[in-house]
Amino acid sequence: MNRREFLQLLAVAAAGGLALDSKSALAAADTGSLYDLPAFGNVSLLHFTDSHAQLLPIYFREPSVNLGVASMAGKPPHLVGEHLLKHYGIRPGTSEAHAFTYLDFEAAAKTYGKVGGFAHLSTLVKRVRASRPGSLLLDGGDTWQGSATALWTKGQDMVDACKLLGVDVMTGHWEFTYGAERVKEIVDKDLKGKMDFVAHNVKTNDFGDQVFDPYVIRPINGVPVAIIGQAFPYTPIANPRYMIPDWSFGIQDEHLQQMVNEARGKGAQVVVLLSHNGMDVDLKMASRVSGIDAILGGHTHDGVPAPVAVKNAGGQTLVTNAGSNGKFLGVLDFDVKNGKVAGWKYKLLPVFSNLLPADPAMDALIKQVRAPYESKLNEVLAVSDDLLYRRGNFNGTWDQLILDALMEVKGAQLAFSPGFRWGTTILPGEPITMEKLMDQTAITYPQTTVNDFTGQQIKDILEDVCDNLFNPDPYYQQGGDMVRVGGLTYTCNPNAPMGKRINDMRLNGKPVSASKKYKEAGWAPVGEGVTGEPIWEVVAQYLKAKKTIKGVKLNTPKLVGMAGNPGIA
Amino acid sequence: MNQFRRTFLKGAGAAGTVAVAVAAGLLKPTQVLAAEWNKAGFTATKLDEALKTIGGAGAAESKDILVKAPDIAENGAVVPVEIESKIPGTTSIALIIETNLNPLCSTYDFSNGALGYVSTRVKMAKSSKVRAIVKAGGKTYTAAKEVKVTIGGCGG
Repeated sequence: MNRREFLQLLAVAAAGGLALDSKSALAAADTGSLYDLPAFGNVSLLHFTDSHAQLLPIYFREPSVNLGVASMAGKPPHLVGEHLLKHYGIRPGTSEAHAFTYLDFEAAAKTYGKVGGFAHLSTLVKRVRASRPGSLLLDGGDTWQGSATALWTKGQDMVDACKLLGVDVMTGHWEFTYGAERVKEIVDKDLKGKMDFVAHNVKTNDFGDQVFDPYVIRPINGVPVAIIGQAFPYTPIANPRYMIPDWSFGIQDEHLQQMVNEARGKGAQVVVLLSHNGMDVDLKMASRVSGIDAILGGHTHDGVPAPVAVKNAGGQTLVTNAGSNGKFLGVLDFDVKNGKVAGWKYKLLPVFSNLLPADPAMDALIKQVRAPYESKLNEVLAVSDDLLYRRGNFNGTWDQLILDALMEVKGAQLAFSPGFRWGTTILPGEPITMEKLMDQTAITYPQTTVNDFTGQQIKDILEDVCDNLFNPDPYYQQGGDMVRVGGLTYTCNPNAPMGKRINDMRLNGKPVSASKKYKEAGWAPVGEGVTGEPIWEVVAQYLKAKKTIKGVKLNTPKLVGMAGNPGIA
Repeated sequence: MNQFRRTFLKGAGAAGTVAVAVAAGLLKPTQVLAAEWNKAGFTATKLDEALKTIGGAGAAESKDILVKAPDIAENGAVVPVEIESKIPGTTSIALIIETNLNPLCSTYDFSNGALGYVSTRVKMAKSSKVRAIVKAGGKTYTAAKEVKVTIGGCGG
């Protein structure tokens, strides 16, 4: 048994519940193997996405439900747990198995520690760049939103952190929820001359003018590389329209093809799309648009270990997705010969905070950003005896907690909570601080609402959101998860057409009547002028009263037709 | 577009494609259209009836008609739609929103060899096929694109 095998065995034992005292033993194993990434080729792109403003290391549980339907069934990224490990040949009980799946989450999280954190990410970026001179760092967006400090500084903490991290090019989605003026202020002042914000698919409503540069061409070791930006196409639908009233988004394949051709015409030898489409949309787009070497994707928060190669009229396009919350750094190396890509290698590196020392400069910046808010951030609201997580197609324990709080505080029969995919994880025994609550709720439209909905309206809402998740054509999907539902039980048939997926809706075991009205509580209204106390106040009130959170009962629909789907545990 | 042109056009009251075409004599002016107003068609509440009034029943599917519209509408009250007919001798284009209360949305006649192209904005109550009915050389052709209208929220 060599040293590596011994250490891996140790890791397996630890993941099995055996607490490891010596983190250095583990560190020695993984720094030697995990982060030892030999340089390849002459054009390297580093990519992270959907960090959701998590400056500090966190826990993040990958989903146990990530269903694919129609042509997407059983294909990446719709593989969870053991199905994912098997597909990619990752051995159970290893650090990578922990990074990419929910398996044995609590025990493995204790063994491997927290993930991400910009100071640790910064160390990794510097290490990878040291062996790859001239490489570019790309940020796929959802960077300025997701934490208390990001909300309170209107994204400024993240803008400063990304500049220090050395981001070269970015695109966006939640960035737009600070409003058009704030986005333009940051792009025109903070980023000017330092970072390019690219989005070919954001145009003015009136004349269809580009709001941002559609792409940039940057030389890497003498090779011109075009990076085209694809902002989240459904930003004005999934998020408040009134915040960006004059801008139009959308998918725009034809325009993308024009941009690819234009960039190639200007001499670009490598063309990549920095995308916030979500992986299913990226896979379809890759089949329709030709001349793109790779789509570096985000939005759906899928940690996909290897690219999917999609055939199209121009050859093939690699499609990746790089997870979320600062947990991963994607490294794509191209070997460019005679003006075109001759070979490639890709690795999605998990960022294990214990294995990567904090970069001192980034660490100092983060401390400085947090200093004015520390007491507010650290306020303990309750202690959780449960594992609290969000990610999953239908519900997570964190969302259930939010639903329980909404129903109790507002005296509602049922509650809705948006199917957001961001939000960190709390291990049993950890305190729920104001900061952790804000990790789930920090948005610019946090109002809570109470409505009297008829049974028919409730059904229509559930059908509408469910179609955004399970429409057989990815171009009609929005990339969020199903709206979380408290108090109401239902069955869901993802394979059915819209209007027929949601059945057998019941409250307290009694069938819901189409014409009768029910009191519903919710939050995050996309309409303008809605008032109501912020969701974090409602949940904080609930948590303070409960003091200990224990036995959160997850309400998920009964699924129909999903037996054997590898997108569910 | 430069800022001067934007300001100038905004000040002048931006002219849409159709208005420009009318001014150029490629579309029939409103006064003439008024006399030929297809009241039965525009007030019909059933798709079949609306189609009948414009002779659109049994139109042949054509790949030479491009219907450009968003996959999901950003705002159902103003959905941008472009229709281009590449069929030679196109004399009219009718725009139909199949699930609207009054499915027939607008009709355009083309004369003097005008390019069969229309850019407009339509109101959509709910998800629907946006259908173009094109007349050319005495025959009728059609093409459609699905546009989803959703309640929004809950994304990402």
